[in-house]
Amino acid sequence: MAPVLLLWLAVCLSGTWAVDRGNFKTCDQSAFCKRQRALKPGESPYRALLETMELTNTRLTLQLINDNNKVRLLLELYRLQGNITRVKINELKPLKPRYEVPDVLIREPPTEPLSLLSQDENGVVLSLGAESQRVIVSARPFRLDIMEGREVLMSLNSRGLLAFEHLRMRKDTQADPEAEKKEEADPANQAEAAKEEEEKVEDVMWEETFKSHSDSKPNGPSAVSLDFSLPGVEHVYGIPEHADTLRLKTTDNGDPYRLYNLDVFQYELYNPMALYGAVPVMLAHNAQRTTGIFWLNAAETWVDISSNTAGKTVFGKMLDYVQGSSETPQTDVRWISESGIIDVFIMLGPTPNDVFSQYASLTGTQSFPPLASLGYHQCRWNYNDQEDVQSVDAGFDEHDIPYDFIWLDIEHTDGKRYFTWDPHKFATPKEMLQGLMDKKRKMVAIVDPHIKVDSNYKIHNEIRSRGFYIKNKDGGDYEGWCWPGSAGYPDFTRADMRAWWASMFAYDQYEGSMENLYTWNDMNEPSVFNGPEVTMHKDAMHGAWEHRDVHNLYGFYVQMATAEGLIQRSGGVERPFVLTRAFFAGSQRFGAVWTGDNAAEWDHLKISIPMCLSLGLVGISFCGADVGGFFKSPSTELLVRWYQTGAYQPFFRAHAHLDTPRREPWLFGPENTALIREAVRQRYTFMPYWYQQFYLAHRTGQPVMRPLWVEYPQDPATFALDDEFLIGRDLLVHPVTEEGARGVTAYLPGKDEVWFDIHTFQKHNGAQNLYIPVTMSSIPVFQRGGSIIPRKMRVRRSSSCMEHDPYTLYVALNPQRTAEGELYIDDGHTFNYEKKEFIHRRLSFANNVLSSVNLAPDAQFTTGSWIERIVILGASKPSKVTLKAADGQESQIEFEFDASMSVLTLRKPGMNSGADWTVTLQ
Amino acid sequence: MSCQYHHHLLLLLLLSVGVSAVEVQRPRGVPLSKRQFYEEGKPFTCLDGSRTIPFDRVNDDYCDCRDGSDEPGTAACPNGSFHCTNAGFRPAFIPSSRINDGICDCCDTTDEYNSGAACQNTCRELGRKERESLQKMAEIAKEGFLLKQQLIQEAKRGLEDKKAKLGDVQVSKKDLEDKVEALRTVKETAEQPEKEAKERHLKAWEDQKALIRMEKDKAKMTEVTPRIIMAELLSHSELDLDSDGFTETEAQGLLGGVDKVDTTAFETVWSNIKDKYISEMAPPPVETPQEEMREPVSDNESEQYPEDPDIPEDEEEDDEEDEDDDQDDGDYKPPPTMPTQEKKDDDDEGTMPPYDQETQNLIDAAQKARDEFDEAERALREVDDQIRNLEKEISFDFGPSAEFAYLYSQCYELTTSEYIYRLCPFNRVSQKPKYGGSETNLGTWGKWAGPEDNIYSMMKYEHGTGCWQGPNRSTTVKLTCGKETVVTSTSEPSRCEYLMEFTTPAICHEPPSLDSVLHEHEEL
Repeated sequence: MAPVLLLWLAVCLSGTWAVDRGNFKTCDQSAFCKRQRALKPGESPYRALLETMELTNTRLTLQLINDNNKVRLLLELYRLQGNITRVKINELKPLKPRYEVPDVLIREPPTEPLSLLSQDENGVVLSLGAESQRVIVSARPFRLDIMEGREVLMSLNSRGLLAFEHLRMRKDTQADPEAEKKEEADPANQAEAAKEEEEKVEDVMWEETFKSHSDSKPNGPSAVSLDFSLPGVEHVYGIPEHADTLRLKTTDNGDPYRLYNLDVFQYELYNPMALYGAVPVMLAHNAQRTTGIFWLNAAETWVDISSNTAGKTVFGKMLDYVQGSSETPQTDVRWISESGIIDVFIMLGPTPNDVFSQYASLTGTQSFPPLASLGYHQCRWNYNDQEDVQSVDAGFDEHDIPYDFIWLDIEHTDGKRYFTWDPHKFATPKEMLQGLMDKKRKMVAIVDPHIKVDSNYKIHNEIRSRGFYIKNKDGGDYEGWCWPGSAGYPDFTRADMRAWWASMFAYDQYEGSMENLYTWNDMNEPSVFNGPEVTMHKDAMHGAWEHRDVHNLYGFYVQMATAEGLIQRSGGVERPFVLTRAFFAGSQRFGAVWTGDNAAEWDHLKISIPMCLSLGLVGISFCGADVGGFFKSPSTELLVRWYQTGAYQPFFRAHAHLDTPRREPWLFGPENTALIREAVRQRYTFMPYWYQQFYLAHRTGQPVMRPLWVEYPQDPATFALDDEFLIGRDLLVHPVTEEGARGVTAYLPGKDEVWFDIHTFQKHNGAQNLYIPVTMSSIPVFQRGGSIIPRKMRVRRSSSCMEHDPYTLYVALNPQRTAEGELYIDDGHTFNYEKKEFIHRRLSFANNVLSSVNLAPDAQFTTGSWIERIVILGASKPSKVTLKAADGQESQIEFEFDASMSVLTLRKPGMNSGADWTVTLQ
Repeated sequence: MSCQYHHHLLLLLLLSVGVSAVEVQRPRGVPLSKRQFYEEGKPFTCLDGSRTIPFDRVNDDYCDCRDGSDEPGTAACPNGSFHCTNAGFRPAFIPSSRINDGICDCCDTTDEYNSGAACQNTCRELGRKERESLQKMAEIAKEGFLLKQQLIQEAKRGLEDKKAKLGDVQVSKKDLEDKVEALRTVKETAEQPEKEAKERHLKAWEDQKALIRMEKDKAKMTEVTPRIIMAELLSHSELDLDSDGFTETEAQGLLGGVDKVDTTAFETVWSNIKDKYISEMAPPPVETPQEEMREPVSDNESEQYPEDPDIPEDEEEDDEEDEDDDQDDGDYKPPPTMPTQEKKDDDDEGTMPPYDQETQNLIDAAQKARDEFDEAERALREVDDQIRNLEKEISFDFGPSAEFAYLYSQCYELTTSEYIYRLCPFNRVSQKPKYGGSETNLGTWGKWAGPEDNIYSMMKYEHGTGCWQGPNRSTTVKLTCGKETVVTSTSEPSRCEYLMEFTTPAICHEPPSLDSVLHEHEEL
């Protein structure tokens, strides 16, 4: 006890930077979570009424009954295209409709036929079509098992934790005069109540308080919960956003992982507390198979994870193996949500890429960002005025560091009235934007969803007069406290509200905006400084629905409406760029996310990797962390290391708190300026590869930044790695994230594979832990043998300036002396790629011939870019190199060969990047 | 810097007759100074000597040299640089990554020869503007430099005045010291009889009090349980003599070696412990942390500044500071110690009777002598202060020729949209909201902080009001040459780090022979 107490004291005393945990609920403080978690595994009270089964071509329906209270549920089971099974459970006859999440699925998922294989009084067996997959519905107790062959892939309600709190009338036994009045006024209520079986009534079912906030719960208890068993699984991932390891931990000894979008001040690392965004998608993986669970519910949600192997030592596991006495490893997962229905998509893989495409088929893929947004972003709270912006912009040129976007935080507005500019500090925004445009650079200005209550503010007046604000429980406009003081919150769940909001981005509405001004949505959890847990009261109303039902969707809708606004202002021509802090499943369709208000600490640098990896696994590829750390001031070493790491993460933006000293890259002495310049320049040389990866993510849903296990699913050594990652398939990055590091140990995966250091071109074998000595300039990055990566080595002051520049192809040969890659080119900023205006080529090297063939013969695009150099890694020295152009013309290419590293450099082959050609080594 | 620059201009002048002819004779982007390394038709050796390539590979849009020297006119090398001649203005090098990037960098447009960017040749215009501004600056410098000479003279006179004054004050100090000594004797003479009379009076009262106290002791002793138990005694840690934990042995010591005592024995015990025994009813003594006396920070120095009639707020500010001082004194509370306790006892035991008339007369006489002495001493202290201030001012670093001395004891203001900024050189910088609100200290005088070769070009004011989660506010004042002494701008480039621009003739340097500079420019 004493050491614990001491530890606690130490944490309290030193913890001025830690989150104030007391502001946020634990499961015990969240009534439904406590209630549901108190249920223990065992016999489920639910029974399937097989006689109610209806099987059509597209779905099976079946009633479930809770034998304790006789309330009936309706189970719907669908087989969806692409190896997905959807299970929906709702009340058969709810008192009033329960919330079903709209707008997240990109369409009603197309179904495939289900067929009945067998049936008896204990259950039914249905065929799921391909792969001898079946689903077994057991009647008593109700349970679903999804099988493939003899193998159980996943079981639902196998631990009997299905719980569905049906809507009911309030039958208050307590002497609450107001409640009594209500009951008297509604005789039907009493009649209904009498019918119901006695249930334990808890105080917190109809009202609950947290700190000084009370949640009137007019609908009473409405939670839903279901358990899933994953036999053979020891590794589960996903359910962002948490500041935790990539591999999810078991939650037996603490709180479950919480999904509830919250503005958490100075969040703590390595715990399951909720953060700004929520994607209720979990991936389960073992060496044979990857599956996924998508729990489509936008209410507050908690996820419990337990495992029968957790806590076993490696030795213990070995002993089990040797003795053959081991039970199969199994992970059990349980989802608990406060309201809504159970609507779950079981994605059956079997490969990681299958799961990505299955999930993409439901919620869509990453939006294809404008090329420039993959460059470097310079942000600070705040760039003070136009002169400041101009001098920072000039600083980048003076120090020859490229950047594409400079950002303005809340102080640029006129008194935190979004869509306006401070009349003194930003008196002529168009002049400022034109100045940036002249340098082919862009700007992002913040637009938050809290609207200052001020009758002289056009946006407020319009929203109020149109009735677009969220209402409080008493029907008035909900008002909370945020940056501008008293603020209203537009009801973004309304399509008409979103359409109006989008129209506010038109150039004639958003005064001072220009086509190189883009948008950042912050505080969209929503953040309400004086609300419960710094967010909105759950009994606030969105039309007929409570905020409770839609909470985790709010930020999703804000970004959706904003992105739509940016599209519309250009007449549908230009791709938008919108950064959001809050997000939900499907947010990938609207832009980028960042990991919120981190801190200038080494651990925060480290956690940026698993946080973005977890987001990538659930579709959100465009992820980054504030480079340098938002709170506090980084040491120079940390800042440099963060630039080096950020340069290899998808969204690359430096940001800093208002109260921190300035930290533009050139403020730390010429040596560190040079280190940062080099990191940023490396980023720009890889822009063609990043762009191509985002095109791929947009097409397929595959993450851009991915954990190693995604590409090496059978190598258990990769399953928990989260201090290194892959970009696409071909680049492996192990950033230096330790203070004072003299070296890092990177795991290079792939038996029979080789990896090339991108800086030295040294070749290393796969399937080994490689110790790499590092200096301050080191960024350990490796190119996979067998890959071809196009780069642009002429780094200019912004990505737009590099548009027409030539490519250098890095061909890294595998032991079989082959390599493959792609080259994707379009205009970089419009939707014209949807009209087939792009170049997409396959580059391949085999039998000493490198060739470029058209992957999209029906697409049309011309580029001035040419191939200036081809670097072949792991090559041997040829005697002659011949280029054969599309017209059959042959010419000799000069080359250089570096025998020490086996690097062959072909000098200036010169063909157009969009053309067919072959290069033959002889 | 200017030297080199003129050199270039002169070279250009010489070439201007046949500019085009000269230009074609060197590859694009090569400065004249390196022209000899690029000889048409001959193999080119990279300037770092790393390799030699055929001349047709110079500017062929492929980087062959590690140092980028083979591509002075294309963007092929990541580390290359491009030379624009910028005839009419200043020649410049730009990174070769800015060649043909669609952005006009060279005023002669030569960097955008193949990008389609519509660049205008602005060199002449820029050159004209620069000449104008150079001319203007030269004029300012000229006038400023004249003013500076006056300032230096004034400073010299001021310094002499101060030295003279210091001499005077030092003389008057001597007189005051004598006066103080004389009054001290008077005082001491008057205090002796006063002291004796007071002691007599006190002794009489003490005797009477002793009687009363004996009665009370007896009463208190019976109040305490006569059969005091060890355990009970142990609970009174204030009886612990050595403060290392109150042990049984120690308690037994107090009890005279037994566990329990009866009333008779207790009388002796009681006399051992009564002074320490703290009744459980009484609250524990409150420990008042002794507040540190206010550090004599430079703030106090403000008193040394004569009030400036031009700036009325000065007076107000001084008042404010005085208030601060008072407040500080008020905050300082001596810890409650024995005297209070004694006073309380006295209250219990009655109050001392008033002095008789004779004693009172002696006291009054002594008081008068004391007052006069204090008065003289105060005057002496003031003179000491004055001397210190003068000495300080005389020895202050006001620049190589004391040209900044005139700023001492002055204040300069700048009003922005939100704040009034106020710079009192060598004293402090402050900021006050325009529409009411309290003043914030942005730093007090720290040091001259310019670069080594120009240390008087910047002032640093430090240790201002602290920032939330941040450093103490500080201000850097950048001095530029001007005819007027005025604050021209303020900004806060980083949170709580302010930057003020300040013009003064004192920083003006003698302009280089202006005529020749202009002459050269005009010929271009």
